[in-house]
Amino acid sequence: MIKLEKLTKIFDTPGGTITAVDHVDMEVGEGEICVLLGPSGCGKTTNLKMINRLVVPTSGKIFIDGKDTDDYDPVELRRNIGYVIQQIGLFPNKTIEENICIVPDMLGWDRKKSRARAAELLELVALDPALFLTRFPKELSGGQQQRVGVIRALAADPPVMLMDEPFGAIDPINREVIQDEFLKMQQTLRKTIMFVSHDIDEAVKMADKVAIFRDGKLEQCSSPDDLLAHPANSFIADFVGGDRTLKRLRLVKVSEAMSKGAPSVTAESPVADAVKAMEDHGHANVVMVDERKRPRGFVHMNDVRDKKGPVSDHYEALEATVDAREDLRTAVSLMFSNDVTWLACTDADGKYAGYITQRGITHLLGETYNQ
Amino acid sequence: MRRLEILQYMIDNLGLIGERTLQHVSIVSVAVGLAILTGVPIGIAITRNRQVADAVLYVASIIITVPSIALFGLMIPILSTIGQGIGYLPAVIAVLLYSQLPIIRNTYTAINNVDPALREAARGMGMTPGQRLRQVEIPLAIPVIMAGVRTAVVMNIGVTAIAAYIGAGGLGAFISAGIADTDVRQLVTGAVSVSILAIIADFFLLWLQGRLTPLGVKT
Ligand SMILES: Nc1ncnc2c1ncn2[C@@H]1O[C@H](COP(=O)(O)OP(=O)(O)OP(=O)(O)O)[C@@H](O)[C@H]1O
Ligand SMILES: [Mg+2]
Repeated sequence: MIKLEKLTKIFDTPGGTITAVDHVDMEVGEGEICVLLGPSGCGKTTNLKMINRLVVPTSGKIFIDGKDTDDYDPVELRRNIGYVIQQIGLFPNKTIEENICIVPDMLGWDRKKSRARAAELLELVALDPALFLTRFPKELSGGQQQRVGVIRALAADPPVMLMDEPFGAIDPINREVIQDEFLKMQQTLRKTIMFVSHDIDEAVKMADKVAIFRDGKLEQCSSPDDLLAHPANSFIADFVGGDRTLKRLRLVKVSEAMSKGAPSVTAESPVADAVKAMEDHGHANVVMVDERKRPRGFVHMNDVRDKKGPVSDHYEALEATVDAREDLRTAVSLMFSNDVTWLACTDADGKYAGYITQRGITHLLGETYNQ
Repeated sequence: MRRLEILQYMIDNLGLIGERTLQHVSIVSVAVGLAILTGVPIGIAITRNRQVADAVLYVASIIITVPSIALFGLMIPILSTIGQGIGYLPAVIAVLLYSQLPIIRNTYTAINNVDPALREAARGMGMTPGQRLRQVEIPLAIPVIMAGVRTAVVMNIGVTAIAAYIGAGGLGAFISAGIADTDVRQLVTGAVSVSILAIIADFFLLWLQGRLTPLGVKT
């Protein structure tokens, strides 16, 4: 969808020339979020601005949907690319509605349609249209302004979005909230997005692909998990941080590390059945489920070997269970806070789906290193 | 008794005061109106080039240092060639010239001070330079431009009073006659009227500035 070929920008300054972007080759697929990451001054913004021609490349080519952007009129090009600047840049003289409708108006959309769209977008980011449409930017908090900045770029439904540290100006707690909202939106919108950040955690969370820059050069471009598991060089390893394996916990879903097809027993099952199930499956615990298949407790091999009677006489309560759709970070955190080495996992309906163990997690994360 | 005499003179000549006030207002408003039509575009145009801006502002500040009497004197031989050496036209031209500095300078400063981030957002969204000016830069610059217009109007109400000497009429005619006839009544009438006119004009323009300032920009 977006393809950069040997893209280069050299600035001539009184102090000499600065190579801000140096022969960058990369590609972002349709519907993907690509996060540009790197230390200050490494050329992320310049790279981004060349795509909508706010900065004219010194050499190299940019293709959007296979078409060379040189062939577009810059104004036309920009109206078809959503652009979010780091400083938000809402126009103080326009209401929130007018701000959102700028590009639709320039494109000559029907007024009714664009105003309805503004209200719809505000709802998408949890701002009440009745309250906010007629307000001015100065009457919004920083976080609210940032949300409006993002939906303003979405207003004309452009297939491509460029976002320069769009969540940079908000406090960490609100940033997480907006990031989550944005990811939820992206699931339905499927925009092709280039996103500048200098926060590795944000990159890992948002990106399908992370592009790491140093001194204008693209050092590595790969999936977040690949980047954390296999940094291409020591610069990248340092940049992503010594705790990079812990960061991967966020990237892996519980369902991926969960042992599936695990047996379960009911309260009425004879203990002997439970023992057989544990022996067959090779796990020293088996989960007891209720009539609706929800995990209710468990029995441990050592407690029931040679015992008689139903499972209901011997089971222990489960301290915690984890939704299989959560990430491993949540699972590990639950294990630590409940002092357990395994957790029963549930599916979307709350039914028992399998279990996850600390060993299983360690093994899964370790696997990629030994490839 | 002096005071009563002056008051009596004013009451007896209310019609004349009104007439000359209108002449005065006409000269200032036509000239400042034209100055806005020229000064604002010039102020905007020079934001493109620093050197040109410096040169234009320098010329405008030279003009403003020329005493009005001297300026009228200079214009008489020039405008006489079209038979307009004295009267309304030279008065309007003088006010037009004096208004350039406050209007050009304020426009230039205001447009230049528009947050570069807003300009970049506008460009990045695909606004043409004209759209940027109309939708963003000028609305944000209005308060400062209007402050320049106020300065020009108040200053030139004074300049226009002197234009009575070249037969332009206006409230200055009371003052020039008062000096010539050593008539305190006319002198005070002229001085007081000019002052009141300046104060009223300033208040009116302040109100107008408030009306023209976009809601979202008001503090
Ligand atoms: N208009 C310009 N003229 C001259 N040099 C520039 C210009 N814009 C950027 N540069 C230089 O190019 C280099 C890359 O700048 P850029 O803004 O792309 O960095 P960045 O990665 O976005 O940094 P940050 O994280 O601080 O925003 C820097 O050395 C910068 O000084
Ligand atoms: Mg930057």
